[in-house]
Amino acid sequence: MGSAAIELKNITKTFGTIVANKDVNLTVNRGEILSILGENGSGKTTLMNMISGIYFPDHGSIYIDGQEVVIRSPKDAFQYKIGMIHQHFKLVDVFSAAENIVLGLQEKEGFNLKHSAERIRKISLQYGFDIDPMKKIYEMSISEKQTVEIIKVLYRGADILILDEPTAVLTPQETQKLFTVLRRMRDDGKAIIIITHKLHEVLALSDRVTVLRKGEYVGTVNTKETNESQLTEMMVGKKVSLNIERSECENQVQRLEVKHLDCINREGVKVLNDICFNLSSGEILGVAGIAGSGQRELLEAIAGLQHLNGGEILYNNPATNQIDNLRGRTPLQIREMGVRLSFVPEDRLGMGLVANMDIVDNMMLRSYRKGKSFFLERKAPKNLAEQIIEQLEVVTPDAHTPVRRLSGGNVQKVLVGREIAAAPTVLMVAYPVRGLDINSSYLIYNLLNEQKKKGVAVIFVGEDLDVLMELCDRIMVIGSGRITGTVDARTTTKEEIGLLMTKSDRGEDNE
Amino acid sequence: MITAFIQRAVVQGIPLLFGSTGEILTEKSGNLNLGIPGIMYVGGISGVIGAFLYEQSLTSPAEINTLLAVLIPTLSCIAGSLLAGLIYSFLTITLRANQNVTGLALTTFGVGFGNFFGGSLIKLSGSDMPSIALTATSNCFRKTLPFADNLGWFGEIFLSYSFLAYTAIIIALVSSYVLNHTRVGLQLRAVGESPTTADAAGINVGAYKYIATCIGSVIAGLGGLYYVMDYACGVWSNDGFGDRGWLAIALVIFAVWKPSVSILGSILFGGLFIIHNYIPNLTVAAQELFKMLPYVVTIAVLLIVSMRKRRESQPPESLGQSYFREDR
Repeated sequence: MGSAAIELKNITKTFGTIVANKDVNLTVNRGEILSILGENGSGKTTLMNMISGIYFPDHGSIYIDGQEVVIRSPKDAFQYKIGMIHQHFKLVDVFSAAENIVLGLQEKEGFNLKHSAERIRKISLQYGFDIDPMKKIYEMSISEKQTVEIIKVLYRGADILILDEPTAVLTPQETQKLFTVLRRMRDDGKAIIIITHKLHEVLALSDRVTVLRKGEYVGTVNTKETNESQLTEMMVGKKVSLNIERSECENQVQRLEVKHLDCINREGVKVLNDICFNLSSGEILGVAGIAGSGQRELLEAIAGLQHLNGGEILYNNPATNQIDNLRGRTPLQIREMGVRLSFVPEDRLGMGLVANMDIVDNMMLRSYRKGKSFFLERKAPKNLAEQIIEQLEVVTPDAHTPVRRLSGGNVQKVLVGREIAAAPTVLMVAYPVRGLDINSSYLIYNLLNEQKKKGVAVIFVGEDLDVLMELCDRIMVIGSGRITGTVDARTTTKEEIGLLMTKSDRGEDNE
Repeated sequence: MITAFIQRAVVQGIPLLFGSTGEILTEKSGNLNLGIPGIMYVGGISGVIGAFLYEQSLTSPAEINTLLAVLIPTLSCIAGSLLAGLIYSFLTITLRANQNVTGLALTTFGVGFGNFFGGSLIKLSGSDMPSIALTATSNCFRKTLPFADNLGWFGEIFLSYSFLAYTAIIIALVSSYVLNHTRVGLQLRAVGESPTTADAAGINVGAYKYIATCIGSVIAGLGGLYYVMDYACGVWSNDGFGDRGWLAIALVIFAVWKPSVSILGSILFGGLFIIHNYIPNLTVAAQELFKMLPYVVTIAVLLIVSMRKRRESQPPESLGQSYFREDR
């Protein structure tokens, strides 16, 4: 372990009245990987943005190699050899990898993409990347884009690397590959800071861990001397049980039978290909897969929001004991039969909630038809809103705050809470804990388990394989719109699921 | 007759080429400047003001100095359109005002500005007609290559234009080269596509937007100058510029944001714009229908481009959005 590469002392940053960071201290040495751990809104990204010159701190000082420095812009950050890989990639889609990598540089040799491409190949070789410098970004997979981001900072000669939740979008195999690269860089003497929510990754990869809570510095521990429960306690501030109480399935009745679904999207790509599966009441069916493999289309198809090119969706309606084909029904009819969809898209608001309306009005989006008079009936939705705020610990000034002002995690609680409150018979949730902190995530898992006990058939589309394996009864893996396998969640391994995830679209390069 | 038609089409197209090259540069920086019609108008009237003052300072039209007669209106045109571009830049980049509203307001302002000064000059010159003629200056602008007349149809189609027309084509070619083959061009395109990316890469987003918008405005303003001094033979009449500014913006879409395509596009648009003069026995109503042709072609191009879905043919991704680094 080398000397301190970067040191932060008493950094404070406020946005208006919100304190994002308060008196944060941090040290990273050369040749080590430091994890930064914290719940949502604990100020991890803000802190990193100050190192990389996106934000400017209100107070405090930054030292690089013992010298106090002022980082006013990303350009300054490059000068101090700091490179940040942002959570939302900062790449220009219509540019090639090489164009993105040289963007903003003033190279002595002048502007020569061929020359740059050669250097990119050299860097790739050194660290074991696999990239075509001339490929356009919009043709790339998420992991390729991330590779471009990493090469971008290496190309600039960065020796302090910051990665903001780099594994959130990767498959287990891709994550392993990334970790190998990061370890190689560490051995190369670089200082690496990695932000992540996933405790097991922290333990597997880093040398030391710094924990933030609500913008404040809690402490730093050596990874070797700590464990998951200690880290969680530091993060949350109290002891939390990290167990999902999975009950056995009871009273299973077949609720949904999906037969040979085919779907071709507007671009003419086959997004669902011969999907067949069954879903029973009282079980949670997990759906795993690389993002964009057809999960969204599948859920939307069941909810009646997606045009299908073939197949049927048979629904055993408990109210009438009849079997209905959901295909061809309107979304409203399907919803009234008790099939509910709560999809949390990447921007969190996309469909389901209206950002500029308050929580009560958003509740009403689902219930306004029930009103009998000409005027709106506000009482019931208001009660529901208050109930959700209390039960799910939504942090909001009151029920009349526009949803847009809530933090991402709280928005999700409102969305998921509303769909659960409708007492569905089939509940579909997609990425309900995306970006949520540990506490809120477990709240939502418990809600889903309660629904399962009540006999609801639950479909859970998730990203974190550990959670899928702990929460679900069965896991169905989708790859490029096909079901590549269904496994028993109680006995499967991450490697097995990971292999299934990459099976159909990149047949040959399974590692 | 065909050579004459092509020649007129080119002359019609040059103001559009200036306008669209300017707008392409502006849009590549992510600024949708709908003030271009107004800026071209301001450019035109500024040139007229410069020329008018110069002609007034002479005792007789015979002692006109060609160099000064060209230089003074050109510089005053550049100053006028640069000022208009700065107003737009300040409002949308520094103050982050809505680009569409600002642009439309600037167009209204520019037309009003032009008509006000146009009207004043007409009064000052004591002319009986509702227009002002700067024939002496225009003659200096309209000087062509001396040997062009001896080369038959070739000379007429390719060599019969004034220096501003060739300037327009050179500017378009240079812009095309800069955008696609230089570091500055790459960085400018990055600013228009994704300012956050550009910013994180250490590019000064605000500076690029300011410079691109102002250079774009100046180029567009030259289109106004060409229109008055060359196309209209130095005759300024209020509202004479018509809807050429909007045609220039349509041409940007037609050219799928490529200045090199816009050279050919401007000639096509110019041709379509005047084709009604070359079809005999048209009623006035039918003439107006024919004048719609450039817009019809633009819509057709839009449809084709959106059907082909080539990512490179799409407008810059953050076109029309203002950028603020610490936005949350």
